[in-house]
Amino acid sequence: MTLDQMKPGNECRIKRLMIHDQLGQRLLDMGVYPGLTLKVIRNAPLEDPMEVCLGGFFVSLRHDEAKYVEVSLS
Amino acid sequence: MTRDSVLITLAGQPNCGKSTVFNALTGASQHVANYPGVTVEKMAGRYNYDGLKVEVVDLPGTYSLTSYSLEERVTRGFLLAEKPSIVVNVVDAANLTRNLYLTLQLLEMEIPLVVDLNMMDVAHRRGIRIDPEKLARHLGASVVQTAIKTGRGKEALLSAISRAGRSSSAHQTMRIDYGPMEPFIREITARLISDAPEAADYPVRWLAVKIMEGDAEALKYIRGKLTNPNSFLEFAAKKRQDFESQFEELPTRYMAYRRYAHAESIGKACVVTKTGNRRPMSDKVDQVVCNRFLGPMILVGVLYLLYYLSIVQGYNLTNYTWPLLAKIRNITAALAPSPGFIEIPLLRAFSLWFVDSINALLNYIPIFFILFSLIAILEDSGYMPRMAFILDRLFSKFGLHGSSTLPMVLGGIYVGGCAVPAVMSTKGIPDERSRLATILIIPLLNCLAKVPLYILLINIYFVGHKGMAMFFISTISLLMVLPIAKILTLTVLKKKPTAPFIMEMPPYHLPTFRGVLGRAVERVRLFVRKIITIVAAVAVVIFVLLQFPGLGHERKAYYAGQKERTVSAFYSKIQGTPYAEQLQGENLMKLVLYYDEYKSKKMGVKGKEASRALNREFQERNPGFFKIVKPGRDKIAKKVNRAFKRLFKARKKLLREIRKEKIDNSFLGRVGRFLVPVTQYVGFDWKVNVALLSAFAAKESSVATLGALYDQGETGAGTLEERMHEGETGFTSLHALALMLFMVLYPPCIATAIMVKIQSGSIRWMLFSMVYPMCLGILVATLVFSGGSALGLSGTEAMVAFFGLSLGTTVLMGFVRKSPDLN
Repeated sequence: MTLDQMKPGNECRIKRLMIHDQLGQRLLDMGVYPGLTLKVIRNAPLEDPMEVCLGGFFVSLRHDEAKYVEVSLS
Repeated sequence: MTRDSVLITLAGQPNCGKSTVFNALTGASQHVANYPGVTVEKMAGRYNYDGLKVEVVDLPGTYSLTSYSLEERVTRGFLLAEKPSIVVNVVDAANLTRNLYLTLQLLEMEIPLVVDLNMMDVAHRRGIRIDPEKLARHLGASVVQTAIKTGRGKEALLSAISRAGRSSSAHQTMRIDYGPMEPFIREITARLISDAPEAADYPVRWLAVKIMEGDAEALKYIRGKLTNPNSFLEFAAKKRQDFESQFEELPTRYMAYRRYAHAESIGKACVVTKTGNRRPMSDKVDQVVCNRFLGPMILVGVLYLLYYLSIVQGYNLTNYTWPLLAKIRNITAALAPSPGFIEIPLLRAFSLWFVDSINALLNYIPIFFILFSLIAILEDSGYMPRMAFILDRLFSKFGLHGSSTLPMVLGGIYVGGCAVPAVMSTKGIPDERSRLATILIIPLLNCLAKVPLYILLINIYFVGHKGMAMFFISTISLLMVLPIAKILTLTVLKKKPTAPFIMEMPPYHLPTFRGVLGRAVERVRLFVRKIITIVAAVAVVIFVLLQFPGLGHERKAYYAGQKERTVSAFYSKIQGTPYAEQLQGENLMKLVLYYDEYKSKKMGVKGKEASRALNREFQERNPGFFKIVKPGRDKIAKKVNRAFKRLFKARKKLLREIRKEKIDNSFLGRVGRFLVPVTQYVGFDWKVNVALLSAFAAKESSVATLGALYDQGETGAGTLEERMHEGETGFTSLHALALMLFMVLYPPCIATAIMVKIQSGSIRWMLFSMVYPMCLGILVATLVFSGGSALGLSGTEAMVAFFGLSLGTTVLMGFVRKSPDLN
């Protein structure tokens, strides 16, 4: 499953980053790394982007970017 | 060894309170740092503590130190090139683990570090306890706890910096254990030491780590330093490949994971979290602010308030500041050589023109000041990312970015903005392609200075549909700008790098008065320094273009003859009166100036009392002249008064005719005529051309120049509206529509163009921002004028048709898929 499929309120564990370029690096630098548990907080009023909580730290990203983050529901 | 002055820098992740720490340390001594090779603005300041002189440089906030983003490259480049004695790493205590990710990278660069655990009060409230001694041991750096915003811990921070600054002893560096990658790093380190002693400027382990990561800047450094870098680079590439095939993970990825793992283990050892780490206030606020229905409504409210307070109220404020500027003009007028009967000395014309040009811009300062303060409040409060969050989907469809919202509102998304602060505020857009697209479309929005021309034309040509025409002109710019942005991103900007959207949603903060004020003042200063100087230079050029070559001998002689006739007519009328003697020679001119001054002062005076005082003043100054100006019941004086008034009027008329002929004959006027073969398809005659050309310096000029050109020479000939209507019988509402649309798509004024250069960092983009709207403007205006004429449409019909066309294009462009690459 990938992060873009998660709904607000879902909690999941990051398994893998499936992209190796600048976006991958940026996700990593913003604190998206395997093993971390995250929670989807909300979608924007126009559905995209989404907001997630990474252990006390809140980040918003587009669904187009979230689809490169493989997760498993926890 | 002890030192008495040190250079220190502040580094930290965004939203860690770094700028508050910087303000607390340096107070009022801040200035924009002037270090070479930097495009991102850095602030510097200094302070003395315990006999130690400290120069502080504030680096941009970064999450990491890779070479992907500009801020990260700037920060890293500064640390490597300037080699500061100490880095103060400001850390958000409530997010220690994540902040340590950067701390560990700083430590790897082997610079002495003072870790400032900031916002301890917030962390406490969230139930987070940190053991600073333990943390210091783990990091091998001194650790200070502060809550700088409330003033706590500043002393401790100062003394920690001073202690670290005085000791130059080699400090113990912490090492991240990269596990199975260590042998690879060791091999590269060995090769670096044996093969590349030239590359010893940088810490060798750090360089080896970066080379293992395949970091672009590090590889560039090697390429530049080594005479024959190829064998080394091949060796390094081989090592990276070996690692990847052996462990099935990219080295960069793997190293980042190890850093996070290390940060997590330090966090686990030093931090106790009692309650679940929540942000109770911010989360509650966000439930409303980012709500599906309330969110957009609040957004509109905030933007309206921003517009209302700065543009509307700021404009009202200029009523109070304008008299100050008018005073400067009056002083200049008094100092400059006085005008002759029909000859205005060049120096006088020039100094007044110059002061007027500068004043036109200085007049905006109250608006800018309010605007910059409000922007600072939005930035500090944390609302900006929410704004981007709410609108990103809409804007990203057109190649723009959620963060384009603020610049577009400032530029005048509806009506009345200013492109200068708008372009300035594009700095916050992280995506280069969207940022350039935003910069390029801002000048096409409706800035305040375009409005007078709209109102003028609507009042003449759309009298029956004023409301509709105003709505049209206010919304059409947005409808044109969105598809243009899309087209730009798909064509000229296609190759520009884009950045991921992913962005932090920081907790809300209450902005501090000092922080907001400081930033507003700094930005106004930047505006004055960078813009005013250039506008002054351009004012000189336009002056020359409008004044020269001036009138030929023949015309000058003609006007001199006119003057002679008028003056002798006056003398013959007053002959025999006791005043005739008094008004011989120079005295006549003195009377003219005396009356001119009296009249202009009279206009500024309100109330009977003040008017009487003015009369007294002038009577005392010259009782003889006053008798002519205010004859009362004296019959002879009345007769002279009538003759003099006729003379005065005749002089005014002559001056106006000369001015008109001068513009007509000027270089700019010639260009205006020269352009007629092209502009006839757009419906512009040479007068309109000249007005539009003069708008280059500042758009307000267009109406002023039209005013001069349509001057009929009769005093009291009515408003400019009436004069234009009478003067241009061939000018229809279709002409007016074409002219208004051309004005929407008018190239940026000089001040904006300079800002475009500053923000885009290149003259080429500045030139492009000036050329493409012009081509587009001619295209659109031709379409409307020639198309409308061919179809026999009236201005109003063409307006409706064009609106429909734009709306359709905008909707269609929204569906065009952007290129799929995310890089």
